Amino acid sequence: MPIPTYWVSAIFFTDLGCFDDLMMNKFQLELKKSLPDLWRYAFALSRDRTNADDIVQDCAERAVRKRDQWQRDRPIKPWLMTILLNIYRNQYRRDTYLRLVPIDDDQSKLHERLPAPSSEQDRIELAATAHAINQLPPEQREALLTVVVGGLDYGEAAKTLDIPRGTVMSRISRARARLRQIRALENGSVRRIK
Amino acid sequence: MSEEHIKNEITEAHLHAYVDGLLSQADASKVSDYLIQNPEKADEVADWAAQNKMLDNLFSHEEAELRTQDIDLSISVDRPAVFAKFLRVAAMIAIVVAGVASGWVARGTMPVQNVSLQVATVQNARAAHVLYTSEVLHPVDVGADQAAHLVDWLSSRLDTKLIAPDLSSSGFSLVGGRLLPSGDNPAAQFMYENGAGQRLTVYASPGNEEKLASFQFEKWDGFSSVYWRDQNLQYAIVGEMEREQLIAIATNVYRQLI
Repeated sequence: MPIPTYWVSAIFFTDLGCFDDLMMNKFQLELKKSLPDLWRYAFALSRDRTNADDIVQDCAERAVRKRDQWQRDRPIKPWLMTILLNIYRNQYRRDTYLRLVPIDDDQSKLHERLPAPSSEQDRIELAATAHAINQLPPEQREALLTVVVGGLDYGEAAKTLDIPRGTVMSRISRARARLRQIRALENGSVRRIK
Repeated sequence: MSEEHIKNEITEAHLHAYVDGLLSQADASKVSDYLIQNPEKADEVADWAAQNKMLDNLFSHEEAELRTQDIDLSISVDRPAVFAKFLRVAAMIAIVVAGVASGWVARGTMPVQNVSLQVATVQNARAAHVLYTSEVLHPVDVGADQAAHLVDWLSSRLDTKLIAPDLSSSGFSLVGGRLLPSGDNPAAQFMYENGAGQRLTVYASPGNEEKLASFQFEKWDGFSSVYWRDQNLQYAIVGEMEREQLIAIATNVYRQLI
């Protein structure tokens, strides 16, 4: 079929519906990629797998509803973690505190569920670290987890935690010192894990 | 990422940043030199690094992947309110009318992502329009009296849920439709007719593209077409009518497909 010459009058106008769908795809993709890291963060905060599932689901739903608030040139994870942290703080933080059960029960539960490390010594270390972290005051714990598990830098962590950067640093510093102290104390006495 | 640029002394903040991997390579090696010379600090930093490692091990990436893979993100995708959509469409039309009134025209280059695909599809749509709208006896394969079957059949062939848009508000009624080739792909053509016997066709074929395209208007001899692409399909509306009228119909079709 011969191609006829034609006068092309191209009227371009942004079909806002199509544009929205395109942006929605990018958003959904970024959100989906972040979900595993969000789950780790939620699990680290709540120490409960089922709660972590719920928190991440809740976070994803809220993120979709609030997608227009995300500035697209910025990384999405810090934004998502802010949403997640708020969910955790508003609904689950109290529960986590209450679940600080007596020492032995806590450690044996962890012992069963920890990822398989290479040796018994490693298992003990892991359990002990988990326990030590739970003894931190919540604001120190959250600051530490936001950086170390969440993977944010101090500036992003400051925004997510809604505190000044200097405060993030001092909380992390205190958390680390505290953990060191706890472990030193524990190492001073022999503990048998069931 | 370099959070703390080490200009003078190494502070505790630098040490934390070092352990958290937030220093540039140059700064990190300054710190490691410093730690070699300060064994007590080195012990402290080593403990922090061990804590980090423990935290990483405690919260497994594999488990996180497993537990999040089924999270359904589509449930909360709420379609914009019909009214908001209507406003946007109205805004679109206003822009187009303004463009027409001011005589604005873009010649030559079409800044569309996949020009060859569009060109081929519009050609096919136009050829099919010209060929079948001039048919008296058999303009369509399946008539409007079997509209439901027509839509089911074409949807099945294109492997996408299609509808035959209702153009009665534009004065056009469905004549019927047929299945056509578009290269190696199937295409659907719906034909409409108005009271004056004028016919227009709505042509849809798979896009296989992620890039969307907004309305593209073309005019050739007496025929005009409007083409666009969404996530699944390409559409081309072909008719013999003025630009405004065809765009209004295309908009009508588009709104029904949302």
